[in-house]
Amino acid sequence: MERKHFVNSFFWFILGGSTLIVVSFLGIILWDIFSKGFSSLSWAFISSFPRDGMTQGGILPAIIGTVLLTLITTLFSVPFGVACAIYLNEYAKPTLLTNIIRASIRNLAGVPSIIYGLFGLALFVQALDFGTSVLSAGLTLGLLSLPYIITTTEEALKRIPNSLREAALALGVTQFETIKDVVLPKALPGILTGVILTLSRAAGETAPILFTGVAFFINGISASPYQEFMALPYHLYMLSTQHNEIEQVRPLAYGTATVLILVVFSLNSMAFYLRFKNRTQD
Amino acid sequence: MNSRTREKIDSLLKLIFKGAGFLTITLLAGIFFLLFSNSILFFLDVSPLDFFTGSQWDPDTHFSIIPLLVSTFWVAIGSMLLAVPLGVLTAAYLSEMAPRSLQTVLKPIIEMLAAIPSVAIGFLGIVLVGPGLAQLFGIQNGLNALNGSVLLAVMALPTIVSISEDAINAVPKSHREASFALGANKWETLFKVTIPAAFPGLIAAVMLGLGRALGETMTVLMATGNSAAIPRGFLDSVRTITATIAIEMGEVPYQTTHYFALFAIAGLLFLITMVINLTGEFFANRLRKFDA
Repeated sequence: MERKHFVNSFFWFILGGSTLIVVSFLGIILWDIFSKGFSSLSWAFISSFPRDGMTQGGILPAIIGTVLLTLITTLFSVPFGVACAIYLNEYAKPTLLTNIIRASIRNLAGVPSIIYGLFGLALFVQALDFGTSVLSAGLTLGLLSLPYIITTTEEALKRIPNSLREAALALGVTQFETIKDVVLPKALPGILTGVILTLSRAAGETAPILFTGVAFFINGISASPYQEFMALPYHLYMLSTQHNEIEQVRPLAYGTATVLILVVFSLNSMAFYLRFKNRTQD
Repeated sequence: MNSRTREKIDSLLKLIFKGAGFLTITLLAGIFFLLFSNSILFFLDVSPLDFFTGSQWDPDTHFSIIPLLVSTFWVAIGSMLLAVPLGVLTAAYLSEMAPRSLQTVLKPIIEMLAAIPSVAIGFLGIVLVGPGLAQLFGIQNGLNALNGSVLLAVMALPTIVSISEDAINAVPKSHREASFALGANKWETLFKVTIPAAFPGLIAAVMLGLGRALGETMTVLMATGNSAAIPRGFLDSVRTITATIAIEMGEVPYQTTHYFALFAIAGLLFLITMVINLTGEFFANRLRKFDA
């Protein structure tokens, strides 16, 4: 009996302990960044330009840059991704070809993000001559996002029962009207969840924008899509490794990290909430 | 609207959807084509023999992928040694032991871990893990392979936990009941019946986690010190394929041997991650058949 008791607690300890370690990673990450970052946060920090060789001032251009970048990514990847998913799920017949297409899309989701950066450099910056710009970087992130958007949208469409489509078609409605008025409204929360999760991932990406348009510093902001831009993740990278006064700018780096994580977490919470609401409705 | 215009709209939109589908696929196929064609241009300048057998990466004279390849696997395999036991045991806890209420709290927490941008993890490698390792081992600075492995383990954990959990959940209840009926206790059942039965799914989890670790750029770029030599131990500085591309692509002149060389190493990385992800998917599919 003694021994059984010991074995029991031993395994409890191992399994529960592992879980505790995994969960504590998140705790350590957030504690370290937030505890040192919140003191840097102020209205001035998020509403002013960097000053004095970036040792003072705020991160306004990086925030605007990330918003602009994510906007271009959205405009490109959401329409194409959703349309592609609609084609695959609603129109295409299940042939070998569509199966191959699906498999390649799934695999593209596993391609390292820096490789999308290389492709963006060769295609958008050099071949199409958009230069290093927020447009090139946004399109590059759009390509990276496409496989995720297609996969999550298709999953949302798959969950809509076929009987609904058949009922609509039986009423003499065309296939497009069925998709527009019956399928899409019902699949919308699921599609939206996938889109938000994908965009939160894109907003935090650094590697694909390294050589497609992100800049150390810009003086002012114009509405042109052909300008270089600052972005939150790159700003954090730059402040923590490329700056001359690394120790001096550490508080700014912590502040930037805090803002970046808050942005990503609020997007994720939005998606989790949508998914939760969607599930409880079913 | 009469039915003729409605039908016209219908066929027009079908065409548009089809076009969008094919454009997307063309773009994605373009990635493969670009890597492949630029790699060929590289191998016109540099013999594949030097590329795969040399021991030096020095962008002016020597283009050997070996130090970069060894570094890449060194860090990634180190991360798996840390993440796999932790991840599988956590998955076992979540699916076999944790009460439902705890599950609903823990799962989103682990998902949140996956949402943290890699650059933020790399930052912690510099300010937290690096100094910690330096103190622990009494070395100058903690920017080395071990630092990268620790960070990549944290990043791969959510993938490993969630796929392992699916794998363990997919083992039919009857297996466990049979084991209990034979007099095995909870732990014997878990380690001798459930986990072995879930093994293909666990391989899938490891493969997909490894794929993620091999392709990660920012964390290794920031945390591993980036010296391009073949590492001898986990406290050596390493430079992965991804970090090399990130460091050198910004300055390389357009369409030189060096430029093509970076595409060639990217092409090889692409092939490696593809094979690993396909292997993972093959095992994940076997898992689904288990259900049926």
